[in-house]
Amino acid sequence: MYEKDGEKYFVVDSHMHYWDASPENWVPGAEQYAKGWIECFHAYMGLAPENTHWPIEKFMNYGEETMMKDLFEDGYVDVGIFQSTYLKEWYTTGFNTTERNAQLVEKYPGKFIVNGRWDPREGDAGIKQLEEDAKRYNLKGVKLYTAEWREGSRGWTLKDPEAFRFLEKSQELGIKNIHVHKGPTIWPLDKDAFDVSDVDQAATQFQDLNFIVEHVGLPRIEDFCFMATQEPNVYAGLSVVLGGLMHARPKFFAKVMGELLFWVGEDKMTFGSDYGIWEPKWQVEGLVAWDYPDDTYSDYPRVNVATKKKILGLNAAKLYDIEVPLECRLPVPEDEPASQDDAQLVDAGEARR
Amino acid sequence: MTAGLETKPAPITPQDPHDPLSAAVLAALDGVRDPELDEPVTTLGFVSSCAVTADGVAEIRLRLPTYFCAPNFAFLMVADAYDAASAVPGVRRAEVVLEDHFASTEINDGVAARAGFVQAFDGEAVAELGDLRRDFLRKAVWAGTDRVARPLAAAGYTEHQLAALSLGQTPDSRDLQRLRARRAELGLPDGDDDPLLLDPATGQAIGIEALPLHLRRARLTRVSLDANSGICRGMLHHRYGTVDERGDTE
Repeated sequence: MYEKDGEKYFVVDSHMHYWDASPENWVPGAEQYAKGWIECFHAYMGLAPENTHWPIEKFMNYGEETMMKDLFEDGYVDVGIFQSTYLKEWYTTGFNTTERNAQLVEKYPGKFIVNGRWDPREGDAGIKQLEEDAKRYNLKGVKLYTAEWREGSRGWTLKDPEAFRFLEKSQELGIKNIHVHKGPTIWPLDKDAFDVSDVDQAATQFQDLNFIVEHVGLPRIEDFCFMATQEPNVYAGLSVVLGGLMHARPKFFAKVMGELLFWVGEDKMTFGSDYGIWEPKWQVEGLVAWDYPDDTYSDYPRVNVATKKKILGLNAAKLYDIEVPLECRLPVPEDEPASQDDAQLVDAGEARR
Repeated sequence: MTAGLETKPAPITPQDPHDPLSAAVLAALDGVRDPELDEPVTTLGFVSSCAVTADGVAEIRLRLPTYFCAPNFAFLMVADAYDAASAVPGVRRAEVVLEDHFASTEINDGVAARAGFVQAFDGEAVAELGDLRRDFLRKAVWAGTDRVARPLAAAGYTEHQLAALSLGQTPDSRDLQRLRARRAELGLPDGDDDPLLLDPATGQAIGIEALPLHLRRARLTRVSLDANSGICRGMLHHRYGTVDERGDTE
């Protein structure tokens, strides 16, 4: 929880990692990729305030103790949501797997939520695995990488009939939050892996599921916004937006926030630090202190304490049924529906032109 | 100026200023753009060196913000740099080398052999990059529309006036010239009598009722491109200590 000017902010870090990218974990023969990957992540840290930069050695494997301190002692985080990433072609035991993350969920009750994954190309075996994982880890969400290669297949889309089967199964198992990675991707080489039209179709078909687009489709924010404005169950995962822009590019940050607030809305934006790329402390403090720098931004939606409370934790708490302490809640007016807003900004037919 | 990103001198001089042929090649590289950001590779800091040998070989080295920058865009930039340098009178041959990238070998060899993208990445790609390039040109038209139309709106042009404005009537500016060039590249109408505001997908003029959304979308696209460009510059600065010259400006 973060407290500022008498206001208490409940913080859900809905996108964070606990990875091991140390040289001991590099797959022999794939060292250049394992090294290149973590160095690329480390360069992103360069966009944060300088006093929060880490040496690459620490960055490769920061360990449990450091993470617990950075998130919960220093970083104001109440609940962290692990988004598992495997990358087993490069990292022997995986970059950060569900198993590794789940150990910490057990060790620190109430502090973490772990999300699972599925891949429609795994067919019946994948469905069976999902059923087991859902039960074992009490899954409420999954993280999906549609651009992932597998046995000669060059990725998949949420439009595939097989993917629909997994979405149906997710719904049946009570997995209601579908985080889709639409951000920087390497393979497949010739595809624009940021294409969000598949999310559009799945969100229309599965209105009881929530689709959280991580990294807001960066670098294609415009495609994402244009899609999200038409789908009430599509959310903007803010990781990278805050970490990558708020400090290094404050004016662009203000514009991106303005656009997201306009097209997506404050009820559908969720905070994620992307730890260990960036520490949550400066991001939480920065967002609470943030406003548009001057009146040239006057035609963007305004931000207030409620906006920030929603983004930092209340929206994600609602998605994951996390109990929020009374002192951090917003008063709910009686005549206002507490769930998803059903207002659409523009007529869908018009918007698609 | 940007907080946290202090400006440093560039460690590499991209050309020998006393050699006119090198200067001509570097000038030709001004015409090579990052298709995603719609900015020249020269101003982005992606050219790390550029020189022409005594026997007319243009030697160009390119660098990108990260080891894992998208290989499709990297390929387009290397291929475009090759074409631009080869076309300079006095250049007998061009050698373009992409440095420090996970696909450097495939891209460098593929471009040198004049192979397409699919052949360069044997088995890893099935489509050439023409469609991708067109998609991003279309985004450049959207963003360019905001650069031209927003100042006009701020100067008092009404929605009706904007909807009726032709390219020839629009006050001239570098942004307008750039927008017209992008439209011409895409095969969209770019004559003096053609409308300033049109749908980049169909080429149809924008009616008054669709105008507010059109301008909103143009701004959104520009914000997205600018933010992306900002991240790329920051990453390049972090990686190579380049001058972060444009900083956090409009």
